[in-house]
Amino acid sequence: MINFFQNVDWILVLKSFVIGGLICLIGQILIDKTKLTPARILVAYVTFGAILGGLGIYQYLVDFAGAGATVPLTGFGNALAKGAINAVYEKGILGAFTGGITATAGGIAAAVFFGYIAALISKPKIKKQ
Amino acid sequence: MKKVGNQTIVFDIPPTVLETACIGGPKEANGPLAKYFDQVLDDEFWGEASWEKAESKIIKETVNRVVAKSKISQGKIEYCFSGDLLNQCISSGFGLRDLNVPYLGIFGACSTFVEGMGLSALFCNTPIANYALCATSSHFCSAEKQFRFPLELGNQRPQTSQWTVTGAGSALVSKSGQGPFITSFTPGKIVDMGIKDVNNMGAAMAPAALNTLIAHFHDTGRSPSYYDGIFTGDLGYVGKDILSELSLKYGYNISSNYNDCGVMIFDKSEQDTHSGGSGCACCATVFSGFLFNQLKQKKFKKILLVATGALTNATSAQQGESIPSIAHAISIEI
Repeated sequence: MINFFQNVDWILVLKSFVIGGLICLIGQILIDKTKLTPARILVAYVTFGAILGGLGIYQYLVDFAGAGATVPLTGFGNALAKGAINAVYEKGILGAFTGGITATAGGIAAAVFFGYIAALISKPKIKKQ
Repeated sequence: MKKVGNQTIVFDIPPTVLETACIGGPKEANGPLAKYFDQVLDDEFWGEASWEKAESKIIKETVNRVVAKSKISQGKIEYCFSGDLLNQCISSGFGLRDLNVPYLGIFGACSTFVEGMGLSALFCNTPIANYALCATSSHFCSAEKQFRFPLELGNQRPQTSQWTVTGAGSALVSKSGQGPFITSFTPGKIVDMGIKDVNNMGAAMAPAALNTLIAHFHDTGRSPSYYDGIFTGDLGYVGKDILSELSLKYGYNISSNYNDCGVMIFDKSEQDTHSGGSGCACCATVFSGFLFNQLKQKKFKKILLVATGALTNATSAQQGESIPSIAHAISIEI
């Protein structure tokens, strides 16, 4: 355990926190200041991440901030684009259709699995405000 | 009974609001009008498996309570008008299926309660009925699920959005009695000013309330000062300000005696509901609880109740349609 903490790159943790936080801050501003619904903001984030990923720009952000860039929804879009591009190199044009989902299969399967577990063990509740 | 002006019905032998009842949810129980409810609930499910079932139970128990309080046997109630916000008015249909009273389902969104009271008064003003009943319900959780987002999504509500009241209100109207009397009924016209934001219903409905208010004053020749209180159904803080401003612009100063049920039912500083309350149960519970009590105690002698409704649904909102709105008014005097 002590070894684990000694090996943590604290600068990267800080960068990850700031970049991840900034991405979320933009989402919060969009909720508060525009009439965009949360569903649209979600789709826009994935699309925006895919475009930046496809153009190779998002990778700079990933290199800089690690999980701060890969965990938010834009990171999911980036993974979709990257997966599709890599699969085209490996399998040809069909890879453009299969690569995205292959690359993000872990995330999608985890979302389904944990969503199902959450539905089994919890009950919907009223919100506080 | 006669029509005055363009659209107002004046009852020459005004029917009496014999009895009312209302049940509220946990949030309403912490609001400023809590003590006027016949019963408040500890949780939103009330022992049921779904919010929809809970809402049906709330309207059923509210109607049972108004019948019990009135001491009129159920068999004497000749017609029942009821409606709610859920698709095809299932809260009313399911909740009142064992009532065994001729049932007329009505939909006026959050204006349904006053529509029901007006129709009850109309029926009682003719030879066809001595007693008619109206009831409406709404439930925060079932309404959010149907009109906005599933609660499980946990998304944030914008500041202009209103909080759907969980509860139901019911009134029993009789041909004769000691009052409070329903003296007039002004059914409103549909008004659509092009507002498309389902999280800003107050702004969409305020022009409809204005239209009905002006029609009522014009038809009856009354001025705002005739009433001790003018109460709109559920415009909330945003809509209330808009209506106050608009009515002044049209020459009716309602600032001294006007309030909104959506503003009254929750405490702005203690309960963060953003723009106040809404839903069929908003106007229904505020009238059945607080206002009826004040009329009985003669603290208010003349009130105008203007329930407002947004005639929209989830599909029309998703297709980018604007929100047609309506307001119905009844005057109640003692």
